[in-house]
Amino acid sequence: MGMTMSEKILARAAGRDSVRPGDLLLAKIDFAMGHDLTIPPAGKIMREQMGAQKVWDVDRVAVVQDHFQPAKDIASAGLGRMTREFAREMGIKWYFEVGQGGICHTVLPERGLVLPGELVVGADSHSCTYGALNNFATGIGSTDLACVMALGELWFRVPESLRFVYHHKLPQWVEAKDLILHVIGTIGVDGARSKAMEHTGDAIAHIDMEGRLTMTNMAIEAGAKNGIIGFDEVTREFLEGRAQRAYTPVDSDPDAEYEKTFEFDAEAIPITLARPMSPDHTAPIDEVAGTRLDQVFIGSCTNSKIGDLRRAAAVLKGRHIAPHVRLIVTPSSAQVAREAEREGLIGIFMDAGAGWTVATCGACLGGHMGVVGAGEVCLSTSNRNFPGRMGDPTAQVYLSNPVVAAASAVAGEIVHPKEVVGRELVYA
Amino acid sequence: MIRGRAWTFGNNVDTDQIIPAKYAIYSLDEKKLGEHAMEGVPGNEDGWSKKISAGDILVAGSNFGCGSSREIAPVAIRGAGVSVVVADSFARIFFRNSINLGFPILQSPQAAEAIKEGDELEIDLDEGVIRNFTQGDEYRCDAFPPFMNELIKMGGLVPWVRERLKERAQASA
Repeated sequence: MGMTMSEKILARAAGRDSVRPGDLLLAKIDFAMGHDLTIPPAGKIMREQMGAQKVWDVDRVAVVQDHFQPAKDIASAGLGRMTREFAREMGIKWYFEVGQGGICHTVLPERGLVLPGELVVGADSHSCTYGALNNFATGIGSTDLACVMALGELWFRVPESLRFVYHHKLPQWVEAKDLILHVIGTIGVDGARSKAMEHTGDAIAHIDMEGRLTMTNMAIEAGAKNGIIGFDEVTREFLEGRAQRAYTPVDSDPDAEYEKTFEFDAEAIPITLARPMSPDHTAPIDEVAGTRLDQVFIGSCTNSKIGDLRRAAAVLKGRHIAPHVRLIVTPSSAQVAREAEREGLIGIFMDAGAGWTVATCGACLGGHMGVVGAGEVCLSTSNRNFPGRMGDPTAQVYLSNPVVAAASAVAGEIVHPKEVVGRELVYA
Repeated sequence: MIRGRAWTFGNNVDTDQIIPAKYAIYSLDEKKLGEHAMEGVPGNEDGWSKKISAGDILVAGSNFGCGSSREIAPVAIRGAGVSVVVADSFARIFFRNSINLGFPILQSPQAAEAIKEGDELEIDLDEGVIRNFTQGDEYRCDAFPPFMNELIKMGGLVPWVRERLKERAQASA
């Protein structure tokens, strides 16, 4: 019996020839990540409770200051300090200070730290993002991370795999974000609970690495353990000159077993938004157009990489946002910010009336720099809109792709981008 | 044997509702987190934990604890005085975190469906049985794989890692 790519990675990491869904394994970790909310408890549990005085491999751990950093208040300054001290005392090689890293899920792929065939864990639910690079990546808790840092190993239950096949090609205006929102809307926020989501089909070949990372990023929004995509020319090109280690891609066997296969015609996918207050509460743009907005947020590990900002800037160039709206643009990494500066995108955002911030998780989790108030309506390019995620529980949060977000900021209400820019997006 | 009163919740209660992100700054203070447990659930804005007596039981629908990886979600529930969480199903990271913390959770669609807020319950963790004194009923729970039961019995992942570290130290000595 063949294995899926997720099964192959877990089998290799557990030192076994084969595994089946439901097997419990102890597996070796190739790379681990923690941030300013999860390193302080994990470090404390590892050192004080488990009694481990060093990290199993300082080359294979990343520590990123991103959630409440630059410190939003005195308490988060304390968490930042504990995170910094832990990284220094342990001698962590991949430590990313404020201003030099950004959001962990953009930083790790762009620095070539998470690679095909690897087993990657991160103490953050969106760690499933890395699977776009053909690895098995999943979110874990702080005690899990403490275990990994102490031993380099962790327990896993081999997940059942679900296969998502996308035929043809996404139409104009429709992005990877729309596709994954459409999928989540179809299967529900627990539709892939504890399972592997494997994305495949012709449409994937036409989606660039940024778009693929957006898709695997949101695996957790369907409850999945991991999201994964096969290795191809797009993966190889992305990793060229970037990969920090040698790697071995994996592919699913033709006779691999899937619990279920879902097929979608990519050509038929509309621009899709999530309505309040759940990522599976989706609607095609026609059904939500006209919703008046108070705030638009272009940011997060889901949709604030350089391509996202280029497309948003193409909408905003020479235009200004509506007077009653505020637009916050938060790049997802320092490298993205540097590139945006070089290309003149920051000036476009500022001329359009947007607030440009340092790279951080920021408003996505209602941390800082864009928390929404009672009853406010926000359109966000982030990944989840459960009640209270971005601030007050009565705030109404919609999720969309960055082009829709930028166009809607101009219109002051949710709008199809063609209403703002005409027939097509024109880059500067 | 655990005895307590049931507090019921619906489906897809996510970690931002269990413990809003703004309280993540208290990530090392279980009692403080407990004070704010379940506060993000609409209707609980003024606090939930003060209504709880030590040992009470949280009963939820499907996909309980979805959303973020924050381990402070089960920690906050425990900090509020809850002895065990019963749900139709759990989101995977909440499930892992609870087992790793040695915090008892039970999966029982039957119980999640039948139990009403305020019901007096008795739970036998070893047998995997929930008795409902108010309704005079009894529900069975789904069995976990032996390794997970072992972890819960040991008190979680911390003692398990201590054992592994000891073995490694002996092996290299």
